Amino acid sequence: MSEELFKQMAQSIIDGDSDLSVELAKKAIEINMHPLEAITKGFVVGVNYIGDQFGAGEAFLPELVMAGEAMKAAVATLEPELLKLGSARETMGRVVLATVEGDIHEIGKTLVGTMLSASGFEVTDLGVDQPADKIIGKALEIDAHIIGMSALLTTTMVRQREVIEELDKEGLRPRIKVMVGGAPITRDWFQKIKADGYSEDAVGAVKIAKELVGKADQ
Amino acid sequence: MRPKLTLLSDEIIARILEEAYELLLKPGIKVQNEEARELLAKAGAKIDPETHVAQIPASLVHKALESVPREFYLYDYDGNPTVHYGGDSVHFDPGSSGIAMLNAETLEHDTTETEHLIRLLKVAEQLSQYDAQSTAVICHDVPKEIQDSYRLYLVLLHSKKPIVTGAFTNKTVQEMIDMLAIFAGSKEAASKKPRAIFDVCPAPPLIWSNFGAGNLIALARAGIPAEIVSVPLSGAAAPVTMLGTVTQHTAECFAGIVIHQLAHAGSPIVWGGAAAIFDMRKGATPMGAVETAMLDCSYAQVAKTLNMPTHTYLGATDSKLVDAQAGLESGISAMVGALSGINMISGSGMLDFLACHSAEKLVIDAEGIAMAKRMIGGVKLHTDTLATGFYDDKINFKGGDFLKQKVTMQLFREEQHLPSSVIDRDSTRAWKAAGSLDAFGRAKLRVNELLASYKRPEIDPEKLSRLHAFTLDLAKKAGIEELPRLEDYQPA
Ligand code: B1M
Repeated sequence: MSEELFKQMAQSIIDGDSDLSVELAKKAIEINMHPLEAITKGFVVGVNYIGDQFGAGEAFLPELVMAGEAMKAAVATLEPELLKLGSARETMGRVVLATVEGDIHEIGKTLVGTMLSASGFEVTDLGVDQPADKIIGKALEIDAHIIGMSALLTTTMVRQREVIEELDKEGLRPRIKVMVGGAPITRDWFQKIKADGYSEDAVGAVKIAKELVGKADQ
Repeated sequence: MRPKLTLLSDEIIARILEEAYELLLKPGIKVQNEEARELLAKAGAKIDPETHVAQIPASLVHKALESVPREFYLYDYDGNPTVHYGGDSVHFDPGSSGIAMLNAETLEHDTTETEHLIRLLKVAEQLSQYDAQSTAVICHDVPKEIQDSYRLYLVLLHSKKPIVTGAFTNKTVQEMIDMLAIFAGSKEAASKKPRAIFDVCPAPPLIWSNFGAGNLIALARAGIPAEIVSVPLSGAAAPVTMLGTVTQHTAECFAGIVIHQLAHAGSPIVWGGAAAIFDMRKGATPMGAVETAMLDCSYAQVAKTLNMPTHTYLGATDSKLVDAQAGLESGISAMVGALSGINMISGSGMLDFLACHSAEKLVIDAEGIAMAKRMIGGVKLHTDTLATGFYDDKINFKGGDFLKQKVTMQLFREEQHLPSSVIDRDSTRAWKAAGSLDAFGRAKLRVNELLASYKRPEIDPEKLSRLHAFTLDLAKKAGIEELPRLEDYQPA
């Protein structure tokens, strides 16, 4: 019985069907299935499948994004139940994501956010044109593990360094790790500003983020 | 008999316009610049004080379209009107603002510095296919505060052609306008005979950012031409359908033109863009995709029904090398742009989604442009009879007969574009004797020839030293004592 339900759950994510994933989450609650079991044995299987397919060039972005949405919807349905049971879902980690001040390039950052969410990270996406104090403030507020900064302009990439310097000044590293990316960001730059991780694409960003939270093998 | 490419019916264009007007009201346009919001509110747009979303009524668009110039020129250093924005005129310029350049020897994408921009300028200056120069790459060897204006300084030093440029902040747009005024003699002169046009981007979907709207206002007031570069990305930052994307593009242009004309009615502005599809496998913005070219052709058609001057981004490739993919994407898309009658087509020379430039690609693309220009030159009627007049007494049914005719000598240059050495039409023997080179190899040679033959144009030394002093001053404020040393110009 559960096996069949797990399969349906995974499939609802693969199909990006939020209505169905919510319905299945409710069903899990009805039959007293532990919410964590529903997540790990059901829904996450679907997310992983679609993530692998995307990595292999077999699935496409809309499918990935819709799967992420379906996953979010299912988890949101299960979360109150989890709280009641007193067990919080263990996420991969909390990430504050933003495009730096003076820069309005949004898409790459959003994609990275989507991939991180789909991989189990809890992502707070602040949007574009975000000054250092807002980024750091948010990171402190949610006790983030990672700050992720995107910069698409050679004239704004220096803002990444400013945030890192500020974090260092406040003694917030290595507690908070910093990941950077964007078209002009090279390995050289990443090393120069002493960030903790960098990636040239969204799939790589997930890998790096997992390493940064010490969960490279998950 | 000029060939023309159109993709939309009149009926569809009418629907695009109609729905674009609807988008201006719902969901409206997010206007993140305070002054722009004030201008809009004063003119009758409704603005949500919380979200900064403006509802712009069609009447404001109609009014703006009444005052906007239908055509204008860019002028070269000597004051000749050489670029015509309007009608079906077609011009090309190299792509702008690359951050890397293909190293023809190592095939690495090198981080760009002063020497790279100069290399591109020298090559483009001597290729007649490029009617304008562009501020083609960023120079990482100067501080970020002057990275946009410093490019303009280098172009003004090394070229006489009109310039397609852009600023990265509201502050630097003013500095760049000042640089143009130094060269023109005064601000009035700079606007009367504009040398340069500035790209200004809305942010898709339906946002005029603080930076974008601010630049529109500054340019309108200075009377320096602005070029809207709306970048709807189908399926990511715009609807997945081409018609949906073109409609969003229309709404973004409408809003931009309204803000611009409210700031100063009658200032020149261009209906332009770098629309592209969004690649769903790689999450990229392919500039060489055929759908990208189709979007551009379509929005140009919309512009033409409004009688607006046009611009687009075509002639670029997503390949990382100057290879067969680069050739086919750049060639095909340049052809589509030309057949669409787009006034300024930016993008030549560029690889890797507009991130990387190549001088070798510029010389190959020049051949693609020449082909496109030849194509729109059309099939011409040169002679009284089409053929019969060619068969005179001397015809003795031999293949070479026509080589002996005077009219062949007179007309072959008009009928045929003569390609440069980049295009191979050699016999196999001659090709082998010349080193068995492929197009890239031949392009490398041509670039070297052009670099060797380049001479910096003669420019009033007084103007140059004022420009230099101005730029040096900006540089000092940005924290460096000297500008990078230039081979061709030593300031007094
Ligand atoms: C936290 O960890 C991580 C890890 C990995 C991370 C990461 C964070 N962030 C990104 N990654 C990585 O993973 C992502 C997914 O694979 C990747 O993200 P990307 O963002 O690289 O990739 C996206 C999925 C798709 N790529 C993109 O979305 C960017 C494509 C290009 C063409 C581009 C676009 C689309 C836009 N632009 Co702009 N734009 C260009 C871009 C050219 C290019 N090749 O990058 C570039 C970056 N732009 C440029 C310019 C000049 C400008 N743009 C401007 C504006 C815009 C639009 C608004 C029109 C639009 C953005 C729309 C939007 N809503 O985001 C202006 C800047 C405004 C500002 N102040 O920010 C303006 C200044 C133009 C003007 N004159 O107004 C150039 C850079 C110049 C420079 N100095 O660096 C440019 C290279 C194009 C060019 N040749 O002109 C990776 O980088």
